[in-house]
Amino acid sequence: MRNYIIRRLLLLILVLWGVTLVTFILMHVVPGDPAKVLLGKLSGNEVLVTKLQHQLGLDKPLVVQYFEFVKGVLRGDLGNSYKFKAPVMSLILERMPATIKLTFGALIIGLLIGLSSGIISAVRRYSVWDTFSMAFAFFGVSTPVFWLAMLLQLLFAVRLGWFHVSGFEGLRDLVLPSVTLGLIYSASIARMTRSSILEVIRMDYVRTARAKGAPERIVIFRHVFRNALIPVVTLIGMQFGGLLTGAALTETVFQIPGVGKLLINSTLDLDYPMIQGGVIFVAIIFVLINLLVDILYAYLDPTIRYD
Amino acid sequence: MISPKQDKSKTVGAPSATVPEKDEELLAAESEAEARQTSMITDIWHRLKRHRLAMAGLIIIIVLILTAVFASVIAPYSYRDQNLNQALLSPSRDHLFGTDQFGRDLFSRIIYGSRISIAVAFLPVIVSVGIGVLLGAISGYYGGWIDLLIMRMADIMFAFPSLLFAIAIIFAIGRGILSLFIALALVDWAGDARLIRGQVLSIRSKEYIEAARAIGMSDRRIILRHVLPNCLAPIIVTASMSIPGVILTEASLSFIGLGVQPPTPSWGAILNDGQRFIGNAPWMALFPGVAIFLTVLAYNFLGDGLRDAMDPFLKN
Repeated sequence: MRNYIIRRLLLLILVLWGVTLVTFILMHVVPGDPAKVLLGKLSGNEVLVTKLQHQLGLDKPLVVQYFEFVKGVLRGDLGNSYKFKAPVMSLILERMPATIKLTFGALIIGLLIGLSSGIISAVRRYSVWDTFSMAFAFFGVSTPVFWLAMLLQLLFAVRLGWFHVSGFEGLRDLVLPSVTLGLIYSASIARMTRSSILEVIRMDYVRTARAKGAPERIVIFRHVFRNALIPVVTLIGMQFGGLLTGAALTETVFQIPGVGKLLINSTLDLDYPMIQGGVIFVAIIFVLINLLVDILYAYLDPTIRYD
Repeated sequence: MISPKQDKSKTVGAPSATVPEKDEELLAAESEAEARQTSMITDIWHRLKRHRLAMAGLIIIIVLILTAVFASVIAPYSYRDQNLNQALLSPSRDHLFGTDQFGRDLFSRIIYGSRISIAVAFLPVIVSVGIGVLLGAISGYYGGWIDLLIMRMADIMFAFPSLLFAIAIIFAIGRGILSLFIALALVDWAGDARLIRGQVLSIRSKEYIEAARAIGMSDRRIILRHVLPNCLAPIIVTASMSIPGVILTEASLSFIGLGVQPPTPSWGAILNDGQRFIGNAPWMALFPGVAIFLTVLAYNFLGDGLRDAMDPFLKN
């Protein structure tokens, strides 16, 4: 176990280095010159362009630029946004609370709906409940998250007027976005829970538990559910990337000032440092969460050997 | 299971006296393998036919392909001609799905939009699965430092949520339909590579691979002739399962303005307009979404059915 964690941490370093390299390469094959983009109409003025390139450090060799960039990342300095004229890191951190609240809300709703409908489906297999919740899950994995966001917005905000159409003033404005993201998220959780439970329910130890006369409730919760949850935990980690990008799209529809909306807007504004920093930031978060989930998985399932 | 092909291969091999006998046998064995492949396909088809949801999905997909091919015949109006007098009309007999802010017929734009959707479902998926299969096969077959290198590359790819990586690629190489396809093709290969590597690892130790090596077959031939055909079932399943995600990613990219550029109609891009006019023209927010939803649902149904139908071939 300890060796496993140490190995994972070493891999983490490699992956994080790879993330900076890939992002840096991507941002430097950009056909347009960032200096020219920044200058806009003045981009014809060669003197200004050269001066700005020098200011931004774009005239240095790429290798030097990369090392300076990595040095910055290590110190938590992701450069300055062209558009906001402020450090990328602080811009992201300012918008983190909204995104965390949204993701957390969606996670809770998704797990509640996903786990319960998955369990009901599996335990009452081939019942009306099973058909209903699997149809719901199929619909959920097939619906674009931003479209569901628009439909809920149309119904509950535009038509019924229960919520603000967009904007973010209080927690109330997080209800529709969290429900949107949570519903989409619950679909894959439900499918995974169902198939995982159906697999465990066939096991010998479940038959033994039943044979010794344990009540069905105990069999399901103590024997089946605890074992069936393990693959679901991995899925929760794997789906986290989807949750983050789903949050970005949901933020865009509901105009929530979160990290995702900031990144999407930056692509339209051609704000290079913002994109570069944002991509690295999100990737690091994603990698760390996956590491946590994997370690949790190792604790949950003592039968797995990692050597 | 003797196929006519077998005789054909013998007649092809026979006339030239310089061809050694072993090659002739090899050719016969290979065409027998081909015959086995056909029987596998009929076998899968028989099981797929009984899967009602998969058949429903298949029918929707066929209708969609026909719509894309005959878009110019089906669509009552042009997808690009603007008519500001007719802007934002609600659905009527003249305009089945209403019109957009430029007075363009929404029904026609959605019909034409199916072309992007079909193209996206096949081209990037084929390229992406191709990259994944190639790297996965090399990784699993050769092992050693190549394996290490490719798998660490895959680990790095896994660090980026796919939509985010697609956004970064499009940002880097500029917007447009080609960039969109490149981005979609590049985001998803890592999972396929890992899967195929696992398959290849288990096949590599089989006796028939050892036998092929013993008679002096080249690595390339072994991989192409013996290893990959035995991975065909998981390759098809993973390809079909990745289509819904790719369509959703395209829709998301077009929705945020990084995908298909106007005036080319894409369902995601129409939804972007719909978002801005959600208060006064809700039909613009409704119909393109239904189109995306039905398409993705159809591929999900078919993918599920294919996985069930191929189940016996998925285990090595």
